[in-house]
Amino acid sequence: MKLTHALRCLNGVLVREALRFVHQRERFIAALVRPLVWLLVFAAGFRAALGVSIIEPYETYIEYEVYIVPGLVAMIQLFNGMQSSLSMVYDREMGSMRTLLVSPLPRWYLLLCKLLAGTLVSIFQVYAFLVVAIAFGVQVPLIGYAAVLPALIICGLMLGAFGMVLSSLIRQLENFAGIMNFVIFPTFFLSPALYPLWKMQESSDFLFLLCRFNPFTHVVELIRFALYGQFNIQAAAIVSFALLVCMSLAVYAYDPARGMIGRKPVGN
Amino acid sequence: MNIMQTHALEISGVSYRYGTKLALGDVNFTISPGEFKVLLGPNGAGKTTLFSLVTRLYHTSEGRILVRGAALNENPARALSCMGVVFQQPTLDLDLTVRQNLLYHAALHGLSRRQAVARMEVELTRLNMSERMDERVRNLNGGHRRRLEIARALLHSPDLLLLDEPTVGLDVPSRRDIVEHVHKLSRHDGIAVLWATHLIDEIHEGDSVIVLHQGRVRDDGSLADVVSNSGVSDIAQAFDILTDSRTS
Repeated sequence: MKLTHALRCLNGVLVREALRFVHQRERFIAALVRPLVWLLVFAAGFRAALGVSIIEPYETYIEYEVYIVPGLVAMIQLFNGMQSSLSMVYDREMGSMRTLLVSPLPRWYLLLCKLLAGTLVSIFQVYAFLVVAIAFGVQVPLIGYAAVLPALIICGLMLGAFGMVLSSLIRQLENFAGIMNFVIFPTFFLSPALYPLWKMQESSDFLFLLCRFNPFTHVVELIRFALYGQFNIQAAAIVSFALLVCMSLAVYAYDPARGMIGRKPVGN
Repeated sequence: MNIMQTHALEISGVSYRYGTKLALGDVNFTISPGEFKVLLGPNGAGKTTLFSLVTRLYHTSEGRILVRGAALNENPARALSCMGVVFQQPTLDLDLTVRQNLLYHAALHGLSRRQAVARMEVELTRLNMSERMDERVRNLNGGHRRRLEIARALLHSPDLLLLDEPTVGLDVPSRRDIVEHVHKLSRHDGIAVLWATHLIDEIHEGDSVIVLHQGRVRDDGSLADVVSNSGVSDIAQAFDILTDSRTS
C-alpha cells in the first residue's frame, strides 16, 4: 500500500462523509436536538429527584445538568456510531458499499477510513452541542474543550467500530430498528451517563456489575474526566481494548474469505 | 512476463456454493486485451455470483482468478487496480454531484485531484455529459446515471471492464447508446470487457460469447462458433438450446 494512495483514499472518504452530512441537515438537527432535550427537559424534571454527591472529577457539588453533559456527549457518539452502521447497511443494500470494497486497498484500511470519517462527524456534532449547552448556562472549564478531543477520537472510533460489527450481522435494513433498540438502550442506561454508579449499586449489585462491564461506562468516564482536564487511565485502557476488539471483529466480519459479508446470493 | 501476452482475465476451475447449493461449477474462461466477451445467461445462471468473485466481494475458495496476471487471492490490490466495475445495482451516491462522485472514486484508486479532473473531462466528454458535472446524481435520468457509472469505472484507466447487466431498466435508446459506447471502448482503447446480460440483442458481430446456465459454462467461443456448435442459425436459438428453454 503506497502512502500517497492511502492518504488520498482517506481524504476521499472523509470528504464524502462530510458532504453527506452537510446534505443530510435533518441528521445534524436530530443529533443536536436529542441531547438538548435530555439536557433541558429531562434534567429539569429530575434535578430534584436525583441528587449528586461529590464524586471525581468534580471538586464540589454540581448541578444535575452539569453531571449529565459527559453522558450526553457520549450519547451523541453512540448514536453517531449506530447511524454510521445504519448507513453501512443501507450502502450495502443499495450497493454503494461495493464501490469502497472493490477498491485496491486492504479491507482493514478501508474500514478504518470509514471509521475515521464517522468519528470526525461525531466530533463536529459534540462541539456543536457543547456550544449550544454554553448558551443554556452549562459549561465546563476552558481547558476541557481541548482536553476532550483525544478522548472523543478514541471513543468515537470505538463506538463506530462497535456499530460496524453490528452492521455486519444485519442482513436487511428492516432488522436494524430492533437491533438499535436492543443495543442502544441497554448500553446507554447501564452506564453512568444519567446517574452515578453508586446510585445503581444502592438499587442492585447485579445491575452495578453489568454497568462496570459495559465499555460505554468507561467511554462516559473518559469523556467526563477529559472535560475537566484530567486523564482517567483505567477508562482509557478499557476503551482502547474495546476498540481493538471491535475493530478486529469488524475486519474479520468484512473479510470476504472469513467474515459474515457476502455469503448470501444477491442477484443472479 | 510479456504484458501483451497476459490475459486481461483468466478464470480457471472456479466453483462457488451457497451452503450446499452449487452456484458455480468449474468455470473456466479467459478474456484477452481488447476482447468484448458477453456473459450470457438467464436469471439465476450465476452471473452476479461470478462478478462477486471476480471483484473479490466473495472469496474464491475453489479455483483461481487472475487479472492481468495478478492472482486475486494473493495480490488483490494489483488485481483490483486493473479493473473497473459497473454493478447490476446502481452504486452512485444520489446526494452528491457528478463531480463529487467521480472525485470520490478517483481518491479510492489513488488518483491525484489533477489526474482525476483530467480523466473526468475525458470520460464525461466521451459520454456527452461534461456539462452535467455539477448536477446532483438524483436529478439525472436512469440512462445518464448508467453512463456516469461507466465513466466512473473507467476513471483509473483499467485494462478490464466488468459490467453486470448494465442496461437493466433502461429504455431502448439508452440501452443502444450504452452498448455502442462500450463496444467502441473495447475496439478503440483495447479494453477487455466482460458484459453480463440475458438480452440477446446486446451481442454484436465479432463478440465472444460464454453461455452460463445453472452455474456451468455451456459454451464459450466466438459468436459464430457458439451458433454453429448448436447447429442453428442464430444466437437466440443457440441460447434456447444451451439453456434448455426452447418450448416445443
